[in-house]
Amino acid sequence: MLLGDEAIAQGAIDSGLSGIYAYPGTPSTEIMQYVISSKEAQEKNIRSGWAANEKTAMEAALGMSYAGKRTMVCMKHVGLNVAADAFINSAITGANGGLVVVVADDPSMHSSQNEQDSRFYGKFAMIPAFEPSNQQEAYDMIRYSFVLSEKFEIPVLIRITTRLAHSRAGVERRKADPQNKIQLPGNPKQFILLPANARRQYRHLLDIQADFQEDADTSNFNQYFDGPDKSLGIVVCGIAYNYLMENFPDRNIPYPILKIGQYPITRPKMKKLYEECDEILVLEDGYPVVEELINSFFGLGKKVKGRMDGTLQRDGELNPNNVGKALGMTIPETRPIPDLVTARPPKLCKGCPHIYSYNALNEALNEYAKGRVFSDIGCYTLGALEPFDAINTCVDMGASITMAKGADDAGFTPAIAVIGDSTFTHSGITGLLDAVNDKSSITVVILDNATTAMTGGQQSSAFGKIEAICEAVGVEKDHIIVIDPSPKYHEMNMQSFKNEIEYTGVSVIIPRRECLVTVAKRLREEKKELEKSKV
Amino acid sequence: MKKDIILAGVGGQGILSIATCIGMTAVNAGLHLKQAEVHGMSQRGGDVHSNLRLSDKEIASDLIPQGKADMIISVEPMESLRYLPMLSPDGWLVTNTKPHVNIPNYPPVEDVINEIKSIPNHVALDANQIAMDLGLRRSANMVILGAASPYLGLDFKALENALSNIFKSKGEDVIQANIRALNTGREFAENYIKN
Repeated sequence: MLLGDEAIAQGAIDSGLSGIYAYPGTPSTEIMQYVISSKEAQEKNIRSGWAANEKTAMEAALGMSYAGKRTMVCMKHVGLNVAADAFINSAITGANGGLVVVVADDPSMHSSQNEQDSRFYGKFAMIPAFEPSNQQEAYDMIRYSFVLSEKFEIPVLIRITTRLAHSRAGVERRKADPQNKIQLPGNPKQFILLPANARRQYRHLLDIQADFQEDADTSNFNQYFDGPDKSLGIVVCGIAYNYLMENFPDRNIPYPILKIGQYPITRPKMKKLYEECDEILVLEDGYPVVEELINSFFGLGKKVKGRMDGTLQRDGELNPNNVGKALGMTIPETRPIPDLVTARPPKLCKGCPHIYSYNALNEALNEYAKGRVFSDIGCYTLGALEPFDAINTCVDMGASITMAKGADDAGFTPAIAVIGDSTFTHSGITGLLDAVNDKSSITVVILDNATTAMTGGQQSSAFGKIEAICEAVGVEKDHIIVIDPSPKYHEMNMQSFKNEIEYTGVSVIIPRRECLVTVAKRLREEKKELEKSKV
Repeated sequence: MKKDIILAGVGGQGILSIATCIGMTAVNAGLHLKQAEVHGMSQRGGDVHSNLRLSDKEIASDLIPQGKADMIISVEPMESLRYLPMLSPDGWLVTNTKPHVNIPNYPPVEDVINEIKSIPNHVALDANQIAMDLGLRRSANMVILGAASPYLGLDFKALENALSNIFKSKGEDVIQANIRALNTGREFAENYIKN
C-alpha cells in the first residue's frame, strides 16, 4: 500500500536512480521523504536530502544527469516557477543520464497559492510529459520515463495532483534496474548554451518533437476504448479517469473514451474520437489544456464540453460528483450539513513560538498605521487569521523582504518583513542583499523554528547559519537581534521590535525557538534510539 | 462486499491510526483498498478527513461520491456532522462525543449531540472517558474503532490481529491495552444498539 508519492519514489529507486533532489512542498514532500527513509535506497547508496530551493534541486539533478546517472527532482507546482529557468533550459541542453522532473499540482488549492497546471510547463519546455491515473500507473510511468529520457536524451515531466499524491493503493513492483556508470554526454557541446550551441540544440529539440509525438501515439498510456453510443466522445486525462469509471459501477460505458496519460496529445486517437462522435466532453484536472487545444478558437467545430463552456466548474478539482453531473447524471439528495457546524480553519499550535512573535510585533506596531507587515509562505502565514491579524501579504517564497523593500522605496516606512528560516534560505537572501545595497529602511523578522514546519518538519537549510548569512550580506551586526519568542520575554521582545522598527536601515530580528511538533518528534526518536541501544 | 468510509476529526487527533488498522485488515482479507489522506496545511488543528474505500472489486475513484458512504467514523462530534452529505441514507455514523474545542464559536455540545442522535443509524460514545476508565488515556481512537467494528464487514478477530501487528514494535503491553480498548468499544456499540 503506497501513497502516489511513495509509488513514484519506489518506481525511481527501482529504475536505477542514483540521486534525488527536492525542496519540501505539499503535495510532493512524501516522495523525497520516502527515499530518505528507504533502507533499500540507503543500501543502494542513492543520494537524497533537501535542497535550499527547487532551482538548486533542478540544477543539481541536471548535473547528475550530465555525469550519466539517473536522477529525479521533485517539487510542488509553484516550485517549478522557481526552478523554471533551469527546467526550460534543460530541455535545450537535453539529458544524458535519465532525468525525470516530478511536479505535484494542487487543484482546489488545499495547501497552495494558485492552481497552475504543470502540463503547460511540459508544453512550454517541449518535452514529453506523463499524468498517471493511479498509484500503479505512477510507478509504471516513472519506470518508463527513465527509459524514454535516455532514449531521446531529454528531461521528462511527470505531473500528478494532490489526490493521487496523497492517496494510498496497492502497487506491484517490477524487477529493479542497476544504476548507470558515470559517462559524459556524447556531444561535449550539448551543455554549453552559448547562443551558437543553443540554436543548434534548440533546432534539435524541434526536430525530435516528431519522435515524442510518435511515442505518445503508440503509448500504452494513451488508450482508446470504443463504445456503441457515438453521441458523445470522452477525453479523460490522468486521475479524472477514475471519477468517470466511478459513475459507471458496472464499468460499462456506452461512449468511446480516449484515456490520456502521456503528452504530447496523441493525434491519431484524438482525431478518431473527434471524427466519430457528435460531441466531445473533456475531463481534466487543472486548466482546460486539452479542451482548449481541440476547441476551435471561434467555437466553429464540434461542440466541446468541459471547463470552458460551464459543463464543469472552471476552478477546483474534479470529483465523482461534478464528473457525474457533467455526464448528465443526477446526484442523490442527501442530508445537508447541519447549520450548527462551523468552520474550523487550521491554526498555529498551542504554545507555538510564532504566537509570541506576533503578539510582541503587533504590540510594537500599535502606534503605526496598519498594513505594513509583508509576510511569506509557511506556518506563520496563519498569522493572517484571528486572533493575530498580524500580516498583510503572502505571495511567493521570499516576497516578504522584497515587497517590504518596495513599499519602503515608495515611502511607506517603516515596512516589516516576516519570513521563516527555511523560506529565508529558499529565496530570501537575495532580497535582503537588495535591501542592504539600497540602504532600505526595513525590519526583517526571520522566524527561526529550526525546521520546515508546515510540510512536516524537514531539515531547514538555514539551520545554524542565519546570523552569519545576514552579516555576510551586509546587515550591521548591532542590528541582528536574536530573541526568544516565549511569553515571559514579551516586554523585552516588544521593545526589541520597537527599537529595530525605529532604526533607519536594514535590521534583522530572529525570534528563535524550535517548533513544538519537531521537538516532540525529536524527543520520540531520541527515546526510541535510547531504547534500541539498551537492547 | 463494499465499504466506503469517511474518517473525520481534527488535525493532530490521529485518524490515520484508525485508517491503518482497517486498511491492514482489509488487505489481509484480500480486499481492494484505496485511501485518500489529508496532509499539509489542513493538519494544523483544522478539520481533516480521509476517504477509505474497501471492496472485493476493483475501486475506481479515490474519493467517495456524495451519498455513497456506508459509514462515517469520527473522533470528534461536530466533525462527524460535517460529512453528512456523504452518508448514504442507511449508512452508519459512529462518533466520539468528546468535543475538541479549539475555536471560539464551537456550538453548544448538547445541540451537536442532538443532531447526531437524529441520525437513525448512529453510535455515540465518549471514547476519551471510556479509554480513561480503562486507564488507557491514549487509546480513545481504538475505542472508536471498536465501536465501528460491527458495521465494517470485517472479521473482528482479523481486526485484532491487524492491530497486534501494527503495535508490535511497542511491546505486548501496548498491544493488549489497545485490544482491550477495541473490545470495550465494540461492547459499547452492541449494547447501545440493543437499548
